[in-house]
Amino acid sequence: MSDKDEFSGYKGEAQEAIRKAEVEIGDLIRITKDDTVYEGILIPRSEYADEKHIVLKLKSGYNIGVRITPYTKIMRIGKATKPTFSPPQLPKQQENLPKVSIISTGGTIASRVDYRTGAVRPALTASDLYSVVPELANIARIDTQILFSLFSENITPKHWTQIANVTAKHIAEGADGIVIAHGTDTLGYTAAALSFALQNLPVPIILVGSQRSADRPSSDAATNLIGAVTAAANAPFAEVAIAMHETPSDDSITLHRGTKVRKCHTSKRDAFKSINTPPIAKIQNQKITMQIEDYKKRDPIRKLTLKTEFNEKVTLLKFHPGMNPKIISWHVENDYKGIILEGTGLGHVGNYCYEALKNAIKQGILIAMTSQCIWGRVNMNVYDTGRDLLAIGIIPLEDMLAETALVKLMWVFGQTKDVEEAKKLLKTNIAGEFSPRTLIEETSN
Amino acid sequence: MGIDYKKLGLKVGLEIHQQLDTSTKLFCKCKPKLFKEQPQITFLRKLRPTQSELGQIDPAAYFEFQKGIKILYEADTVTSCLVEMDEEPPHPLNMEAVEVALTIALMMKAKPVDEIHVMRKTVIDGSNTTGFQRTCVIAINGTVKVGNKAVPIQHVSLEEDAARKMGEEESNIIRYRIDRLGIPLIEIATAPVINSPKEAGEIALAIGTILRATGKAKRGLGTIRQDINISIPNGALTEIKGLQELELLPLVVEYEVQRQLNLIKISEELRKHEVKEEEIKEEFFDVTDVFKQTKCKVIRKALDKKQQVLAVKLPKFKGFLKRELTPNLRLGTEMADRAQFWGRVGGIFHTDELPAYGITEEEIEKLRKTIEAREQDAVVFVAATLENTRDALKAVAERAREAIKGVPEETRAPNPDGTTRYMRPRPGAARMYPETDIPPTQIAQDFIERVKSLLPELPEQKLERLKKDYGLNQKLAKQILDSEYSELFENIVKEISVSPTTVAAFLTETLKALKRDGVQIERVPENKMKEMFRSISLGELTKEALPEVFSWLSKHEDKSFQEAIDSLGLRMFSNTEVEKIIDTIIDANKGLIEERRASAFGLIMGMIMKEVRGKANAALVSELLKKKLKNLRNN
Repeated sequence: MSDKDEFSGYKGEAQEAIRKAEVEIGDLIRITKDDTVYEGILIPRSEYADEKHIVLKLKSGYNIGVRITPYTKIMRIGKATKPTFSPPQLPKQQENLPKVSIISTGGTIASRVDYRTGAVRPALTASDLYSVVPELANIARIDTQILFSLFSENITPKHWTQIANVTAKHIAEGADGIVIAHGTDTLGYTAAALSFALQNLPVPIILVGSQRSADRPSSDAATNLIGAVTAAANAPFAEVAIAMHETPSDDSITLHRGTKVRKCHTSKRDAFKSINTPPIAKIQNQKITMQIEDYKKRDPIRKLTLKTEFNEKVTLLKFHPGMNPKIISWHVENDYKGIILEGTGLGHVGNYCYEALKNAIKQGILIAMTSQCIWGRVNMNVYDTGRDLLAIGIIPLEDMLAETALVKLMWVFGQTKDVEEAKKLLKTNIAGEFSPRTLIEETSN
Repeated sequence: MGIDYKKLGLKVGLEIHQQLDTSTKLFCKCKPKLFKEQPQITFLRKLRPTQSELGQIDPAAYFEFQKGIKILYEADTVTSCLVEMDEEPPHPLNMEAVEVALTIALMMKAKPVDEIHVMRKTVIDGSNTTGFQRTCVIAINGTVKVGNKAVPIQHVSLEEDAARKMGEEESNIIRYRIDRLGIPLIEIATAPVINSPKEAGEIALAIGTILRATGKAKRGLGTIRQDINISIPNGALTEIKGLQELELLPLVVEYEVQRQLNLIKISEELRKHEVKEEEIKEEFFDVTDVFKQTKCKVIRKALDKKQQVLAVKLPKFKGFLKRELTPNLRLGTEMADRAQFWGRVGGIFHTDELPAYGITEEEIEKLRKTIEAREQDAVVFVAATLENTRDALKAVAERAREAIKGVPEETRAPNPDGTTRYMRPRPGAARMYPETDIPPTQIAQDFIERVKSLLPELPEQKLERLKKDYGLNQKLAKQILDSEYSELFENIVKEISVSPTTVAAFLTETLKALKRDGVQIERVPENKMKEMFRSISLGELTKEALPEVFSWLSKHEDKSFQEAIDSLGLRMFSNTEVEKIIDTIIDANKGLIEERRASAFGLIMGMIMKEVRGKANAALVSELLKKKLKNLRNN
């Protein structure tokens, strides 16, 4: 953020008053209003706040808002002093440690607070990371790349392709593992996308985020990052996984398989859960313990297969009581290639949608079924509705997560235009998105 | 003491923190109360100091972090939700609390801010799950009048209370309970214009009275806490944090002045002896061998655990470590406090206090020889793990160097006797940044007007009313006003027909005396106190029995008032029971009564009183007996 951006937080009357007084963010100013005098440092204002107040940082460190009236006088009594950053001494790179690349897409995994203005600035370069999370220096030699600075809800399939290509480049350059820093909202989608786009991985790809922003001392960012780097550097598997807190405590990190993980809570540190399968591994005190036996082993010699195309003409529809079948028809009219349904229970939608579905399939659209129950497996042989839908030509997707199914179908149509081939590909277990057995422990609690 | 504090240049500023009795916490809907049971939920966290833009990190915070301190939080489901656990963002500011803060601000003639900005004040000792305390200024520039002095109030703020420290475990785990976290606290900060210990006490009392006038101040131990900033010329600014006993305030100030004066004297003498800072080296000698055969239990225990004894030389410090600063506190104690904080050791040994603790003259001799300490040097040594002994001795050396300079700036914690102990270094000034999860809150003019129209009566008005309405004398009325019980007092005398003076005297003088005797008065809730007075009004309890009943109740928190009466054998006979006893005795002594006539009264009265053994009011017995004897004669 530049100072200009900070200034733009002020709009209307307040901006006018500041401009007239010729004061800048960071200046020590005096505001006289009625019989009260306020002295403090001029602070940026949130863009979402109103246009009538000026924010001051008092000598005590507190901020207050002062309402601007026609009788308010503003005067500069001291010029802003720019803070000069003196970085603490960096730890030494240890030559014998594995090489890990950290690719950042947005969300801050490390940051600094400017106590003067309250601004929080991301720490993204390798030296920044070392100075904010010094433990990293004992785990790996870090290389960093800032790819985007995006909120994760703004990430689209086009970005998945870019992330996959950049990841491949770092692997080609000899990285022993990749860490991808990413906002948590769509972290699960990106993990699924990379699971399909990066096949035959030689090294682990670990996605990481944080549920508490990095500027606060209690942030989970550093613990998650340390876990992610540990896994990237040393994990015995070569798959795409998400590293996040296992519980609200800071002492263990879970690694979830990229196709079987979902954000299940809006705010808790342990929001990410493996669905219908155990997690791949756990990390405690930087020690990795595998939780499954069936995984792809790390093998630096293995040749990566890159399949990074996605087709955005695929959607995910959640069936609900009273759903208007025209929504399905709209997708047909708009040239969609595939629809993932999030049906009720074992995989159902109301019979009032049958006609629209039949028509869509007739038009060559691929329609597949997942369940909005999240946990469990679709089975369309139990009730008449299920049997009807199978007869119509809807493809049941076993225990695949609806979000993973969406991403996979986007990827499938990025690989082929042929519907029959697409069906075959969709039903093939490519990155552990289907699990053959579901055990009792693997349910929500 | 006879110190002219004003001439000395004493400057004291107070920050008074009072918990508010709102229906929910400040940033969520949890009940603002504590729990005593075992926790239902625990979780473990680490706090990481956030770098400032300048690359700076609070040294104490960074140190704790490097030591790998972990915090074990305890919670239950009534007093905590995800917000306290820092697992959910805060909810909007509790407007009930804002209203109370505004009320207090207006009573102090402070100017409400146009817009409230909640700030994050970095605190990473674990007392806040977030690593910061949320706090906001509600009003600035007020005044409180005390006698003829108008004391400026710098700001009236609203903040969340912190978690309660429950203890420290081995392996660097600190336990905190988060029930208290988020209870609204109002903070009143005075300008540093207070010039004497006595004045500090008076001003704190005056502010406390205003806080209680709102009827929204929580009561009981720990609900009001004061931070005291004290400085004298050539000394340093000391912040004493978390004093809970208002009565101790003047003494704390007095002791702090004494401590600083003595430290200044020590520094002058050290400099006269030409003790140099650079002579105090961080050179630590392994003296484990000296104590191989020691009878000292502390060292023995450490050696059994294969730990070592390290020593540091303090050149020309002999005699200074035993110099008393305040009662029971020596320069050596200050070093021990530092060693405890930085090195997490139980304590230190120094040559100014030896031989003692099982350490012999020979051992000291050998110690001095081993590290080549001269006669005029002091030696400090510690037995613990290598890392902890080093950190402890480093802190000791640092404190010794500071002693040459004068008084170090510190945050200190009060002891029960009014002295203080080292708590941590003073935090840097730059540690506040905006709480972006809570939007700024505007205070509308009509909100201010409404609060203004509902302001509670000012203390001086209330004093007059207490005298007029309840016939209290000036002294008792003032005492009730200054106590935390003025509301309870009025409730009791309005509901129950009992002498206001009896109630007021109990709630002030009696409770004070009981507290002095060690009775934990906060353990008796209001409803039980009310029962006591109701019982007096019904003639079932004498007012002389009040202290005994109250003390019993404080020791048996789970027992009822009736159980207290039964257990103490204080149950009074009911009127019917008394009559029955009188009738029986009259019947048995018919002959006597016939014989003695009028003079029989005294004898019979004596017999009845012996029978009831204090469980009946003598006046009542006498009245009933007279009536019955008269009836007997008339028949």
